[in-house]
Amino acid sequence: MRDLKREPIVPGPDTLVLGIETSCDETAAALVMGGADVLSSVVSSQVDLHADFGGVVPEIASRAHLDVLNPVVARAIVEAGVDEPRIDAIACTVGPGLIGALLVGVSAAKAFALAWDVPFVAVNHMEAHLYAAFLEDPTLEFPLVVLLVSGGHTMLVEMRGHGDYTMLGQTIDDAAGEAFDKVARYLDLGYPGGPAIDRAALDGDPEAIRFPRAMIDVGLDVSFSGLKTSVINHVRRHPDVSSADVAASFQAAVVDVLVTKARRAAAQVGATGIALGGGVAANSLLREELLGACATDGLQGFLPSRAMCTDNAAMIAAAGWYRLGSDGPSPLDTGAHPNLRLPLRA
Amino acid sequence: MLLRAGSVEITHAIAAAVAGFARPGDMIVLAGEMGSGKTAFAQGFGRALGVTEPITSPTFTLVHSYDCGRITLHHADLYRLERTAEVADLALVELAEFDGIVLVEWGDVAGASLGDHLEVRLGVDTDALLSGDGDEELRSIELTAVGRSWSRRWDRLNTALEPYRW
Repeated sequence: MRDLKREPIVPGPDTLVLGIETSCDETAAALVMGGADVLSSVVSSQVDLHADFGGVVPEIASRAHLDVLNPVVARAIVEAGVDEPRIDAIACTVGPGLIGALLVGVSAAKAFALAWDVPFVAVNHMEAHLYAAFLEDPTLEFPLVVLLVSGGHTMLVEMRGHGDYTMLGQTIDDAAGEAFDKVARYLDLGYPGGPAIDRAALDGDPEAIRFPRAMIDVGLDVSFSGLKTSVINHVRRHPDVSSADVAASFQAAVVDVLVTKARRAAAQVGATGIALGGGVAANSLLREELLGACATDGLQGFLPSRAMCTDNAAMIAAAGWYRLGSDGPSPLDTGAHPNLRLPLRA
Repeated sequence: MLLRAGSVEITHAIAAAVAGFARPGDMIVLAGEMGSGKTAFAQGFGRALGVTEPITSPTFTLVHSYDCGRITLHHADLYRLERTAEVADLALVELAEFDGIVLVEWGDVAGASLGDHLEVRLGVDTDALLSGDGDEELRSIELTAVGRSWSRRWDRLNTALEPYRW
């Protein structure tokens, strides 16, 4: 049998990594050269699966990942305009996420690695989110504070170097994106909730209702559960209130908390800048307020595009490129780790 | 069994008392509208089992698992799911069978597919809230045993929760 142990490869600017992501809703594949140059990035929700498969594909299902993974990988390779033998390594999310969903990607990635005789690299999904900002601006300087805000996560991470992170603060209950989604649903503004609140808020008065800003004066953790309940209670008490005013006032409270905490974090660690990540990074008020705060504080503010903020495989390939250089290939008996945490500095 | 929680701290205390009777293989369904305190109940329950990290809402991530030594606490949320096939894909019954305790927010939508379970239904006192002088924190917590597994523990659970009776 062929010896699976091989010399660690030193990734260079020409090293082409195939990234694979199946940790939650999205099945994604991407080809990234040198940890920075995105040749292709395919996300299943952007692909017309109805046309490809002639039926409804459930979003959150291991079966769905299984059905679409090969076509998504094939499309990423075709769009990149490369041949399979050109691929130097396979990087794949091994956690955190749903065990069944993760296993689909991990098994496929290892199979590709074996079949093509290239290294397999295990990637932490949260670490990969930190690399999304570097994909669009490789000149970002350390130490950097990353504010990662999505439906599932809200965290402030200090990045001192590649692979060198400290978790500065996080939500103690609901993620910011979840609060947006649930308030939008309660106000009947539609789905997805983030853009719906963003739109509705344009016609509202952000100072109409003074919603609570929990824990804004102390520390770097955040809490949005009380804010969500406060919005619901306000609407119950005032059924005729303007939805636009509620949306604007709610959004102002969330953004106020996030920007205040991010500035405090940057000051505390002496960061050169603040980068946004996660789906909520698309919120127009958050982008505007964060850039304004960075300008005031003399910090570099970085706002990646929405495609790079939400779950994608380009960030997996980029993080994999760095991990390949620091840790070498991962063993092929690497499993899926649903509870994987961000690898923090010891 | 109808209980009264006048504050989030009492919701935590009731959850901790229920956790004292929980054992590997248990399924606990958390029901109640948005903002009624389902995640708060899960936080009190997890603390009692020794979870020290933040217990956050699994609405978007679907399942969070916490290692509590001998057992694993799985905290799931069916809010975003629309098809019963998707619930099956989360394999909650299997997670319970592998020495786990499973808490499922919005679990009432999955009904019988979750097997024997304890239902915890949280409610907001809307009338008191609307009258203006209502207590925003007041919650009702109704416990129901579904199947034999929890019926066997019912008398002891009842005694332990006596101080919180509505």
